[in-house]
Amino acid sequence: MDVTKLTIKGAIQSLKKKEYSSKELVQGCLDQIKRHDATLHVFLTVDEKTALQNAQEADELLKQDITKPLLGIPIALKDLYTTNNLRTTAGSKIINNYMPTFDATVVTKLKEAGAIIIGKTNEDAWGHGSSGENTDYEATRNPYDVTRVPGGSSSGSAVAVATGMSLAGTGTDTGSSIRLPAAYCNLVGMKPTYGRVSRYGIISMASSFDTIGHMTKTVYDNALLYEITAGCDPKDATSVDVPVPPYTKLLEKDIKGLRIGIPKEYFDLQGMQKEIQEVTQTAMKDLESLGVQFKEISLPHTSYAMACYYILVPSEISSNLSRYDGIRFGHMRNQFGAEAKRRIMLGTYALSVGYYEAFYKKAAQVRTCIKKDFENAFKEVDVMIMPSSPTIPFKIGEKASDPLAMYLSDIFLCPVNIAGIPGLSVPCGFTQQLPVGMQIVGPQFSEERLYSLAGEYEKIHEWYTHIPNIK
Amino acid sequence: MQSKKITIDVSHTAKLANLPLTIAEENLFSNQLSSVLTYVQQLAEVETKDIEPTAQVTGLVNVFREDIITPGLSQEEALKNAPGEYKGFFKVKSIF
Repeated sequence: MDVTKLTIKGAIQSLKKKEYSSKELVQGCLDQIKRHDATLHVFLTVDEKTALQNAQEADELLKQDITKPLLGIPIALKDLYTTNNLRTTAGSKIINNYMPTFDATVVTKLKEAGAIIIGKTNEDAWGHGSSGENTDYEATRNPYDVTRVPGGSSSGSAVAVATGMSLAGTGTDTGSSIRLPAAYCNLVGMKPTYGRVSRYGIISMASSFDTIGHMTKTVYDNALLYEITAGCDPKDATSVDVPVPPYTKLLEKDIKGLRIGIPKEYFDLQGMQKEIQEVTQTAMKDLESLGVQFKEISLPHTSYAMACYYILVPSEISSNLSRYDGIRFGHMRNQFGAEAKRRIMLGTYALSVGYYEAFYKKAAQVRTCIKKDFENAFKEVDVMIMPSSPTIPFKIGEKASDPLAMYLSDIFLCPVNIAGIPGLSVPCGFTQQLPVGMQIVGPQFSEERLYSLAGEYEKIHEWYTHIPNIK
Repeated sequence: MQSKKITIDVSHTAKLANLPLTIAEENLFSNQLSSVLTYVQQLAEVETKDIEPTAQVTGLVNVFREDIITPGLSQEEALKNAPGEYKGFFKVKSIF
């Protein structure tokens, strides 16, 4: 067994056929962590003992031919996911000693499905970042080139999957945090419709933007996890009571005649690298061979999206982070990292007397305009396609001292969160031996459509088989 | 449109946010936050008369649950992570 080449689908079959045990599988992932974590800085906590014990229990159930959708499959959780009795830091130093007394709803669901939690992954602290460099610990490295960023904020989860330290990695996406690391690490990353997956127990960043998703190597694996995590939760009043379709079964749905929108504002963007444009256009040609139709569309408020995002999101952050007072848990507020402090300050400013109308309220109105742009476009097309990032993974340190430049790397991703619609980043090729991702976006609750298009594309190009050669 | 540079009173905002900053941080943030605020003021160009603000994207309103009592954290669990505890209560600094 070579853990770097495994998919969840393949591992489930092998476990059933007793080609290897869950314990061997988990041990394989743990060995991979031991081999590369000192270079790549993927995990903040590895739960070796419990993971091996749970694997042994899974093996007992497998022997009795008991089936559960993820029985014996090792997964990694972003450290924003609250885990009972397992340290949860949010990638920050301020709660580096926090031992929760409950599980997030998604964690409960994954455990019930038989998944084995191998550990908690590194991230930009509180989810604030696009590169992984805003962690209060050591920054995670891109396994395809260790001098480059893996994308953030769910940086550790992405690298864990890309390197076989786990078979799936969970993330959160408030502006780009699942799709950008997925694109930069050659993975499939789902940013759900807002409210599709429960936020209960996921440490909040910006409550009206936060979505709870995951990264995997293949489209099928991604859909399989989504069937488990999606659904309404009485503990999250913003989760939506819409039935969860059997996503894996809908993967085979015919996509002939699907209308795909190409937002002209995105492809005209200054600063988009030529290679990214070329790789994306090649992928679009491949899709054309599947019988889809392309149509140019317009999202007129695109150029205001980042300004809108960087008022509303810090405002919600300043409110959510006000609870960290060092009284009930964690340390004092002066121990927030620089980016958290910046965002608390921005949000406090935008919400303060005299500035609320000009900043917060104005941005909330512009949010309506951006959301309407998408609604209007989806009257003409079924989905949209665009690059996940205008550039290849950037060098560590390249944008660290310029927050505004860092913020603008999410230009294709943040508008999706503003509108609350789903976005799926799928691998679509390589340039300079670095992965390139393509984003498929649809109307709210259209995830099955995104999966079926991505699944058909994956049949043409199995990019996930290009595993990194860590140097 | 070339926007005019916005300056931010960092120490006042930090006080509102209950965020202790060092002098070095105040200087750094003053520049960085001014550049972000100068960038975001381009929103003033957008015509938003009669446009409702959006704070909730899926249109849910008035979500209630049944009024059923379910167990919460025990006192011991609630205090488990507290840096300071006194006779089963959270310990806080004197505020008077």
